[in-house]
Amino acid sequence: MKKLINDPADVVDDALRGMAAAHPELRIDSEHRVVFRGDAPVAGKVGLVSGGGSGHEPLHGGFVGLGMLDAACAGEVFTSPVPDQMVAATQGVDAGAGVLHIVKNYTGDVMNFEMAAELVAAESGTEVVSVVTDDDVAVQDSLYTAGRRGVGVTVLVEKLAGAAAEQGRPLAEVAEVARRVNAQGRSMGMALTSCTVPSAGKPTFNLPAGEMELGVGIHGEPGRRRVPVAPAREVAEMLLEPVLSDLDFTGGDGVLAFVNGMGGTPLLELYVVYAEVQAVLAKAGVTVARSLVGSYMTSLEMAGCSITLLKVDDELIRLWDAPVRTPALRWGV
Amino acid sequence: MGTMDADALGAWVREYARAVTEHRDELTELDSAIGDADHGTNMHRGMTAAVAALDASPPTDGAALLKTVAMTMISKVGGTSGPLYGTLFLRMSGALDDGSPAAFAAAFRAGVEGVVARGKAELQDKTMVDALLPAADALTEAVGAGQELDVALRAAADAAAKGRDSVTPLVARKGRASYLGERSADHVDPGAESAVLLVEAAAATLGRS
Repeated sequence: MKKLINDPADVVDDALRGMAAAHPELRIDSEHRVVFRGDAPVAGKVGLVSGGGSGHEPLHGGFVGLGMLDAACAGEVFTSPVPDQMVAATQGVDAGAGVLHIVKNYTGDVMNFEMAAELVAAESGTEVVSVVTDDDVAVQDSLYTAGRRGVGVTVLVEKLAGAAAEQGRPLAEVAEVARRVNAQGRSMGMALTSCTVPSAGKPTFNLPAGEMELGVGIHGEPGRRRVPVAPAREVAEMLLEPVLSDLDFTGGDGVLAFVNGMGGTPLLELYVVYAEVQAVLAKAGVTVARSLVGSYMTSLEMAGCSITLLKVDDELIRLWDAPVRTPALRWGV
Repeated sequence: MGTMDADALGAWVREYARAVTEHRDELTELDSAIGDADHGTNMHRGMTAAVAALDASPPTDGAALLKTVAMTMISKVGGTSGPLYGTLFLRMSGALDDGSPAAFAAAFRAGVEGVVARGKAELQDKTMVDALLPAADALTEAVGAGQELDVALRAAADAAAKGRDSVTPLVARKGRASYLGERSADHVDPGAESAVLLVEAAAATLGRS
């Protein structure tokens, strides 16, 4: 294993120290491993809290700031944070307007956030609403699984619900935006290589040269099938086919198309993929209203990408264009 | 037969910590086949922290001891095993009553029901519930029939192992293993395995107190 780290056991704490040093506009609670907006709690505003295992950066800490999250909890690499962290985050952002928990659908994240919400309710009476993202169409037969995993849509939920909260909308409305975005978004990912969890020291899965995993999860969970490596044009088709057949994206105000890098794929290649995505969508009669291309929800150094489509309307487009100032997304300010 | 006081339950918890440490690599190996290869590491970290918490400020009664273990698991482990084992110990703590064998059996059942509620798993989903529920049934039945606690706990441990083995051929329907679909069949569930160790540890300690 070759990694730019000091000690595998210290990766998360060391990275949080670096974030604190690089972003003085954020406040980092190193005891609880929570990244806060420097001005949290923001008076009158609904607080947005997310979090999850580390290793997906910039998700979630990189999305803390104006127009997005108020706090993000960092767990061990690929391991859910614990309720104590979420309680500290929730109480730290509560300005009296309630707090929204944005939770990716993984058993550990859901359970720990549930326990945190119960603890907060028992301790302080802060109103907490949770929205669980589950947009990964790679998981089939979701009646007999832990359900679809929360992937790319989570980034979009954090941006769009964050913009709604920044406008001063009440908790119920902010939660409704989050739920609508999750319901109208679908994703599918693929991997060219595995990733290596620092504490494990060896690749999470074995992917022979010349093969790629279609439908891979962001922790290296197995996908739908393993196929020979193909040109970007075919990869875009293979990823979009299950997305487009899961939800009708034609008509209306079009889609937000999000090509996300898994951590080890250069932006050059992501743009190659995006060009193919645009072409496939044009052929399918899907209008692209907005786009996002870059590595925003990664899986350590895994090479590969995911594609997320979100059906948008006027309101969601306005929320997307609203100002955002975070380490990883920044415009309009 | 003794009461489930802090000494007796402390011995159980310490034996369980010893067992998960001994089987750490095995649990992680099972988890790497169908999960994310951290179950042994997480259980070792959690139970080691639980024993350290008991050493740092020894609880005076059984309920307080179980609560300390619960809160440590919840706050140190993360993932799924922290909340699930934490809930088990927490519900047991609340239901321990006078610590008689019948109360212990009822508390264990309450703990297992807490796990079911938290994880929303049913029998045959191939989780720790497949070991824990049969163990709770066997324990309740044996204690109810007037069996000595050592005999009852032996029956519970055997039922847990049988439950674990009964779901090995099945396809997992909960947790990370469920994403594997058919590929999860014929693997021992790591959560069921660590649950068997928990009941075995009870049989090895509480049955003798």
